[in-house]
Formats: sequence, structure tokens, C-alpha cells
Amino acid sequence: MFLLGAALLHAGGTGLYLRYVKAGLQPLLLASGVVLVAGALATVWYERRRAKTATQEHGHPEPRTSWLLLLPLLALILIAPPALGSYSALRAGTALQKPYALGPLPAGDPAPLSVVDYASRAAFDHGRSLHGRPVRVTGFLALDHAGAPYLVRMALNCCAADAQPVKIALTGTLPPVLRPDAWLEVTGTYSPRLTRDPVNNGPVPYLKVTSARPVPVPHDPYDETWNN
Amino acid sequence: MAITEDAPPGAEAGPADAAAGQDGRRLSSPLVLTLTLLLAVLAQSPIRGLLGTPPMQSWMTVFVAVTVQALPFLVFGVLLSAAIAVFVPPSFFARALPSRPALAVPVAGVAGAILPGCECASVPVAGALVRRGVTPAAALAFLLSAPAINPIVLTATAVAFPRDPAMVLARFLASLLVACVMGWLWQRLGRTDWLRPPAHGAHEGATRGETFWNSVRHDTMHAGGFLVLGAMAAATLKAAVPADWLRTAAGNPAFSVLALAVLAVLLSICSEADAFVAASLTQFSPTAKLVFLVVGPMIDLKLFAMQAGTFGRGFALRFAPATFALAVTGAVLTSAVLL
Repeated sequence: MFLLGAALLHAGGTGLYLRYVKAGLQPLLLASGVVLVAGALATVWYERRRAKTATQEHGHPEPRTSWLLLLPLLALILIAPPALGSYSALRAGTALQKPYALGPLPAGDPAPLSVVDYASRAAFDHGRSLHGRPVRVTGFLALDHAGAPYLVRMALNCCAADAQPVKIALTGTLPPVLRPDAWLEVTGTYSPRLTRDPVNNGPVPYLKVTSARPVPVPHDPYDETWNN
Repeated sequence: MAITEDAPPGAEAGPADAAAGQDGRRLSSPLVLTLTLLLAVLAQSPIRGLLGTPPMQSWMTVFVAVTVQALPFLVFGVLLSAAIAVFVPPSFFARALPSRPALAVPVAGVAGAILPGCECASVPVAGALVRRGVTPAAALAFLLSAPAINPIVLTATAVAFPRDPAMVLARFLASLLVACVMGWLWQRLGRTDWLRPPAHGAHEGATRGETFWNSVRHDTMHAGGFLVLGAMAAATLKAAVPADWLRTAAGNPAFSVLALAVLAVLLSICSEADAFVAASLTQFSPTAKLVFLVVGPMIDLKLFAMQAGTFGRGFALRFAPATFALAVTGAVLTSAVLL
């Protein structure tokens, strides 16, 4: 129990938690970590007092299933599985939904946009709000069966179990070697081409790439624009 | 995979020292824990190699994510249930709830609206209510309604369905309806011997603080183990079920309702997030989506495992199918009226 609490504190304190859950859960994670550690300390304290007063009828032992708690603990400490990548992205359909309204384009040249932002401007607005300006988008690569490249970002609402991909298809000048799951910062312009996701028939807009460079995995690998 | 193989030595040793009441043998539980941890650290690199394949990796990620996401809510529920067990006298509930069980059920159902959490929190709280002498029927109505109709979940639903306020209302009404009917049904047909809440170690002469922390530790260990079990099942399904099945299922109206009901059970998504997932299932009819939203918080793999741990397996085996059938019916009826 102490270990579990400590692991939660560790994950919450170091930002590791962002691989699995949304940012808003951090205070809750930290609080429950503190409670678990306090519970473990209280148990130790009361056990010692009980031992001193020497009334030895030990309560019931922990049930067998509580050993299962070791599994996520080991997974979290030792392996720390990475955020969801291209494998999950290709198995689920794009989650792109029509936005209420499109905000003004952010300043800068090229304009920095999220995958979700570009995809909704391109798919539902025919790129009008892009005003022909170049954009810069960051996401990870996924290659479908035919080898066509997609730039993907997983959007999540609560935890990785409900994460859904938003995809942009890439054309234009791409790096010669494409490795799935590699994070790329892509600069390009709007392309009117639109394809359909084979999984759920959702819209997948194209982006005409002019340059691309590899980037490290961002601090928060998920897109949380849909969280309020 | 390799990780799962590491656990059994611990699982076997746990009950072994349970049986032995002697002082010397009791030490073996921490000992086994240390050994398991050491072993896992030593075997780190082969384990990593085995888990390197993409399906295995995404399984691990979803598994850890479900556990990490649910633990804070579980701890919150456990704290609340320990507080109820220790600091609230049984007479309070006798006064707060109507004495006639038939009336207590809807009151408890509506009271579920004030527990601001997801389903992981409501199981230990309902367990504490039963132990505190609340009619089981009322506690069960609370158990079913709390995760679905609290303000946080309803707000999330409204955000996920911006053009469809009727969905929020339908979710609220259908969940409350099903919770009450389940409560009444239990009152008519339920037998107390199906309910087997594990005996709580209330040592005589223990201080309040000690009882409180004992209850926290006990519930965390119990429900936590089952939560892990449920998270494993959900991760397996998330990683293994092909998404094109859904597309074929969406074609037929009756089948699509059933498909989403089963999906809600299997995916075990937190009730605060399921509305967003439902909204993204664009191929499905509103009725099917409502079924998804009503079934999910009431019964899913994770909940079933936790209920089996809190109330006993015999209870969970009877309660879960009944809830499932009623939730589907209730949601379909409500959507016929409202949507």
C-alpha cells in the first residue's frame, strides 16, 4: 500500500501520469497518493501499539486478490509503458467532429496548429479560415497497410482507455524514411483533398507537406482540446 | 506476460500465511513482497523485450491508464465509506431515510446525485451503507444511480452532446428509473443470504482512528485487487476487438442497441468519460448511444469484479445480468419517449 501510494506520488509528481490520464487529474492523484501513504503509516503505527499492549489476536489477513495490485505497480515502476501510438491509432476511426466555431488563426508564420485544429479547419471549412497560410503541426506518424503516411494525435477525455485518434493524411515532400510512432513537426499548406477513414468513414483531410523535422515526444502526448 | 508470471508466487504465499496464525509465519507476507520486487527488478530487460510488441504495449498502456485513473476515485470512495462506517451512527440513516423500503429506494436513488465521482467510488460507499444497516434495496439503488446522475457526469454529457440537451435529460431519467426498479426488484425478490459483505475487522476496544484506517486499508486492498482484474479485462478487449465489427453492427437498429450495451460492459470506461466515447460513435442511433450511457455506469467488467469483491460472488452473479437487462430496457423505453 505504501508502495502504491509512493508510485502514485511519483507518477503525479514527475509528469509521467500524462501518458495515461488527463492533466486535470494530477491533484487527485497526488491526494490519493498521500492518503495511501498515510494509511500505510497508520497501519504500521497501530500494529506496533497493538504489539506493545500484547493483545495478540491478529485481524484477518489481506485477501489473495490484493496481490494483483502489484501488477500495475510493477508496470508503472519498471516498464512505464509509453503513450498510445500508431498501433492503436490505426485500429480506431478518426474522432474528428464538427467544431462549434473556428477561432482566429494563431499568429506566427507558419501558424502553429494542433492536429485537431488543422483537421477541423480543413475538413469542415474547406480551409477557408487558413487563408492559404502555411501551418505547422506536431504529431506522430502512422502508416496504414498500403504504407500511406498519416500524422496522428490521440485525443483523450479522461484516460488512455478512451483516447481516440485524429488523423491527417500527408502528401508532398516527406522525409525518405518514415518510421511509425516517430514524432514529427510538419510544415505545410492546405490541400483540398479529403479521404475517408476506412474504420469509421470519418473525414481525414490532407496536408501538403513542404518540410518535416523529427521532434522529441511532447510533454503531454495527448490532445486535450476537448476537455473543459 | 512475464509480469503475470511473476505474481503467482506471491498469490500462493498470501493465503498460506493467512492460515497460519503463528507470529513467525506472518512475516512471510512482506518477505514475499520484497522477493517479488527484487525478482522483477532483476528480470527487467527480458520482461521489457517480451513486452516490446505494439499490441502488448498498448495493452499495458490501457491497463495502467485504467488503474491510475480509477485509483483516486477508489481512494476517495474508500475514505468516504470509512468515514460513514466510523463517524456516522446507524441511527442517522434510520432518520434520514423513510422507514418504508418502497419509499426509501427512490430517496436513495436521488441521493446518488450528490456523490461527485465515478462508479469506482460508489461500490465501497454502498458496501458501507449496507453494513450500517441501510436497507439493501435502498443501498443498491444508490449504487446504481450515483455514478450516472451526479452533476459532474451530467455536465460531461452536456459537453459531449452540445446539440442534444435531450440526451442529458434522458440519461438522468433512464438511470434513475433503472436504479429504482432494481431497488424495488431486490426488495421483492432479493434474499439477504445472497449478500455476503466480507466481515470487517472491527476489533473490540479499538480507537476510532484505528477502525477508520483499518477500514481504509481493508477496502483499498479488497476493491483494488478487483479493480486491477477489471482493468486487465478492459485492456484486453480494447487491444483485441477489431473496430470494423462496430461498423457492421451499426446497420441493424436492434442489433446496434445490443452491440453498444455489450460494448459498454466490456470497455469499462469511467462514467465521467463515457459520454465523449458515445458521441464519437457517430454511426449509431441516439437510442443505442443512450443505452451505452445508461448501461456503462451501472454494470461493466471492472464494476462486476469490484461488486464480487465487496458483496460476494453469489450476489454479483445474480445482480449483474438483471441490471444489464433492466438498463437496456429502461434506456430503450426512455429514448422512445424522449429522443
